[in-house]
Amino acid sequence: MAGKKVKNPHDKRRITKRRVSEWVHGYLFILPWIVGVCIFFVYAMVQSLRFSFSNIVFSNGITFNPLPNAWDNYASVFMKEINFPVTLANFGLGLVLQMPIIIAFSLIIALMLNGKIHAKSLFRMIFFLPVIIATGPVMQQLTAQGVSTVPMVSANTLTNVLSGLPEFIAAPINDLFSSLILILWNSGIQILIFLAGLQKVPSTLYEAAKIDGASGWESFWKITLPVMRSMILLNAIYTVVTLATGGDNEIIQLIYTVSYAATKGYSYGAAMSWIYTAVVAVILLLVFLLLREKSDKHVKYETKRIVQKGRRWQA
Amino acid sequence: MKMLKKKHTANARTAKTIAQLPEKKPAPKSREARMDHWKKVFLGSMEKRGLVMSLVVYTLLITIAFIYLYPMLHMLSRSFMSKEDLLDASAKWIPSSVTTKNYKDAILALDYWNSLGKNLILALLPTICQVIITSMVGYGFARYNFPLKKLWMGLLILSFLLPSQATSMPNYLLFSRLKLIDGTVKPFVITAALGQGFMSVLCILIFYNFHRQVPQSLVEAAEIDGAGHFKAYFRIAIPLSLAAIIVVTLFSFVWYWNEVYLAQIYLGYGTTRNTGLTTLMLELQRFEDSYNVTFDARASSVTSPNKLNDAIKMAGTMLSILPLLLLYFVLQKQFVESVDKAGITGE
Repeated sequence: MAGKKVKNPHDKRRITKRRVSEWVHGYLFILPWIVGVCIFFVYAMVQSLRFSFSNIVFSNGITFNPLPNAWDNYASVFMKEINFPVTLANFGLGLVLQMPIIIAFSLIIALMLNGKIHAKSLFRMIFFLPVIIATGPVMQQLTAQGVSTVPMVSANTLTNVLSGLPEFIAAPINDLFSSLILILWNSGIQILIFLAGLQKVPSTLYEAAKIDGASGWESFWKITLPVMRSMILLNAIYTVVTLATGGDNEIIQLIYTVSYAATKGYSYGAAMSWIYTAVVAVILLLVFLLLREKSDKHVKYETKRIVQKGRRWQA
Repeated sequence: MKMLKKKHTANARTAKTIAQLPEKKPAPKSREARMDHWKKVFLGSMEKRGLVMSLVVYTLLITIAFIYLYPMLHMLSRSFMSKEDLLDASAKWIPSSVTTKNYKDAILALDYWNSLGKNLILALLPTICQVIITSMVGYGFARYNFPLKKLWMGLLILSFLLPSQATSMPNYLLFSRLKLIDGTVKPFVITAALGQGFMSVLCILIFYNFHRQVPQSLVEAAEIDGAGHFKAYFRIAIPLSLAAIIVVTLFSFVWYWNEVYLAQIYLGYGTTRNTGLTTLMLELQRFEDSYNVTFDARASSVTSPNKLNDAIKMAGTMLSILPLLLLYFVLQKQFVESVDKAGITGE
């Protein structure tokens, strides 16, 4: 092939015939997606951004009427739509409360399933079932039936405990318990991701720790958790994304009804969905900053501090 | 038990300090040996889980499994109850007489067989497109290096992370200007064929991970043997990625079956049934309205024999997830095992 004539085929800067053919074929394979992402993601994003900053009218195509103030749509979302800030705040708070539960719960289940137990595949089957059937309308029907909560948790004791707390904290916690099953139902994929991760932890690590006299409890904190850190990050991001895009999410239903209602219109809905997108992006960023591997940075910071200290001593 | 636990941790601590010393652990005394033996039975050792731990693990697993199944069991038992049983507190779980009337009513209200057929079309066609395209794209990303690859990868991840609400509206407008919103499967097929279907990014990532694990030399060897790039893809990459193809097919089918938001938009959702395609989930969402229309029960009084009740609602819910349940029980192993096989987790 073309590679024969080239002196150093591993030189990355060198443009060879073979490399060009790789480029061409790579692009050929991903071409459908590139076309799709340009039309349905990039163009759509730009378009909806334009919607949100103007007042659009439909007559023989779309006319963008400028607004007196560029941010009018955004302002009116907060001023007029009383439901929106409340629903958005509830969504954010609910997410923050649900995520640790989902992560901790699925990690515990995965740890138990990873051990030697009987009927492992039966348990796996049960825990994975909600991934298949848990969708918006089904959830709605089940919630309406009142089966979204654990029957053993008496509602009265909970309200008694919560009555001491201010309303804005008590309400989300109450919601949390009243939909505990639904939250647990959202953990199917997370359990499997953790399981796959646990199976990749080298058993030699545990053996070495055992020889050093570490108990199971210690090796969980010192080996399992650090190794699973990237999996936890992945699961946290996955949880946010699925909860944020799930159809049973109130805020999405609100955006949908507003956008396609005759009276309020697209530009209004576009502003709303951009606010929502921004909130989700911020949550994702926070999750990422909180859970990423920061040991390197910490070490760097420490060494920097020590070096500075040393300089100060010298001075 | 508490004492034992305390002892256990204390022992672990001393063991740790001993381990740091160069000498070997001294042989335990006879009393300690006895304690050790019982500790092993109850709390277990590294090799074997103890009695206490086993009890805790199984209790937890069974409790949680029950919590998981509880809504399903409730749905199942409710859906067979007669109206009298619903009011009777003593028949909380087991109906006094099994009735199938609820199912008959729900089938009529959902227009079940018709909706089922339409839903099958609506789930299968985009799934096929999605599998073909995402396999290609995943392979392209995994196998080739090309300029701006990082940019495209970033865009791929970004389009997964950001909620689709901001883009769904311009896309709807685009389709409606092209006169493609006519209650057919076209918008779904077009988006899936361009790699922008429902959860397409996840499918692409699954294929990407899978193809990256295939040894490059295998593909390169085929190319040296004279197979072109496309032949190598069809003859080697596709057969090797069969497991990933199965996962993506199964999941895409389930996702499209359950999809509500896009279906609402692209099918022109309303409270009355239209002539175009529909999905069972959409039908379930407007179940109350269509039931009242079918049985003309809205006008009649509370005592009307055809009044919609919980049992009928549960029967409707059961019917709408029944195809998926069947699929799951038949292919349960593929569903569960394939997820870690196909490397959904990423490396």
